[in-house]
Amino acid sequence: MTTELKEWPLWEIFIRSKQGLEHKHCGSLHAADARQALEMARDVYTRRQEGVSIWVLPSSAITASNPDEKGELFDPAADKIYRHPTFYEIPDAVGHM
Amino acid sequence: MYTQSFNVQDTAGAKPVALAPSKEDPALQAAFDARIDADGRIEPQDWMPDAYRKTLVRQISQHAHSEIVGMLPEGNWISRAPSLKRKAILIAKVQDEGGHGLYLYSAAETLGTSRDQMLEGLHSGRAKYSSIFNYPTLNWADVGVVGWLVDGAAIMNQVPLCRCSYGPYARAMVRVCKEESFHQRQGYEALLVMMTGTAEQKAMVQDAVNRFWWKCLAMFGPPDADSPHSGQAMRWGIKRISNDDLRQKFIDATVPQAKVLGVTLPDPDLKWNEERQHYDYGQIDWDEFWSTVNGNGPCNKERLATRVKAYSEGEWVRDAAMAHARKQQERSTMKEAA
Repeated sequence: MTTELKEWPLWEIFIRSKQGLEHKHCGSLHAADARQALEMARDVYTRRQEGVSIWVLPSSAITASNPDEKGELFDPAADKIYRHPTFYEIPDAVGHM
Repeated sequence: MYTQSFNVQDTAGAKPVALAPSKEDPALQAAFDARIDADGRIEPQDWMPDAYRKTLVRQISQHAHSEIVGMLPEGNWISRAPSLKRKAILIAKVQDEGGHGLYLYSAAETLGTSRDQMLEGLHSGRAKYSSIFNYPTLNWADVGVVGWLVDGAAIMNQVPLCRCSYGPYARAMVRVCKEESFHQRQGYEALLVMMTGTAEQKAMVQDAVNRFWWKCLAMFGPPDADSPHSGQAMRWGIKRISNDDLRQKFIDATVPQAKVLGVTLPDPDLKWNEERQHYDYGQIDWDEFWSTVNGNGPCNKERLATRVKAYSEGEWVRDAAMAHARKQQERSTMKEAA
C-alpha cells in the first residue's frame, strides 16, 4: 500500500522558451500526478507564450550537492586558470585565435 | 499583486517587539552577515538565522495570501464587465494574481513550511493579507481604480523586492513585476475611457478615487518611526526602501497621472514642495488601518469566508485527483509485474 498523501506532491518545472534553447528551471508547483503537473505548468508558467515545451519532475527525484561541501567541490577549480584561453599569451600578429 | 509593508505581525495589533539577540553559532552567523553585507544572495540550502527564516516565511506567505485574496474583489466583476474586451482583460488579470500567489507559496515552501500549513494560517485567520482587500469594490470604476492605484502602489512596493537577499523570493518577484505592469495600465486605461463618458460616469471615477486614495497610501505600512521591524529587515536585505520613501515615490508618480485623467486626489494638503522636490501630503488615518488589519474592516469576514468555502468545496476534487493518481500508479505497477 502506498502511503496516503494529503497534500499533492511537489514538482519542479523546466521550460524551453523557444526551439533551439535548453529547458530551464523556472519554478515548482503541486500536482497529483505528472499529467496534471504538465497542465498546471502550462497555466502557471506559460500564460504569455514563455514556452514551447515543458518538463516536469518530482522534486523528490532531485539529488542536490551539499552546501557544506561547496569548498571541496568547487574550490579546486579556482587555481586552474590554465583552463581558460586568456591564460595564454599569443603575439598580436597571429590575430584572432 | 499587492503588499502593505509585509512585516505586519500575525499576532496583530500588538506593537511589534524588538528581535531577541541571536543565539546561533557565531561562525555561521558571521558568514551569513558577510554575505549579506556583500549584497550576496541566500539560497534555500544555505545556513540562515532562525529569525531571518521566520521573517521571510511570514512576509512571503502574507504576500501570497494577498495575491489569492486579491482575486476576490475583482473576481466579483468578471460577470458584470461592461464589454467582452474588458471581461477578457479582467479574467487575465485575476488569473495572473492566482499565478502570483502560486509563485510566492512555492518560494515560501523552500524555507521548510508546507503549503497546507500556510493555507491553514490564512483560513484560521491567524495569518494576515493586505488589508486593502477588506474594502468592497462597489462599481466598475472601483475595478479601474484598483488597477491604477492599488496595483500601482503594489508595483512600487514590489520592484525593490526583486533585489531581496533571499534568492527564491527575488526570482518570484522578477516574474511578478514583469506581469504586473499590464495590471496598472489596464486599470488606468479603463478609467480614461470612463472619463470620456457622461457626467455621471465621471463622477463615479472621482468617487472611486476618493474612497481608495488614502487606503492606498496606507498600503505602504506605518511611518518609518513606528515600524521597528523595518530596521532589521533592511539590515537583512529583505527590505530595500523604507515605507515612507516608497509612499513618497508613489505620490510623486501618481499626481501627474491624476491630472491627465482629470480627477482630483482627496487631500487638501497635497501640494508641491519646491524645497524638498516632492509633494507634501496630509495625515493618514492609522487607527482605521490597524482596525482593518485586526479584522474590523467592512469585508474581512466576507473575504475569509469566501476563501474557506472555496477551499472546503474543492476538497473532493483534490482528493479525487490524488486517488486517481494512486490508481494509475497501481495499474502500471501491476502491468509491469504481469
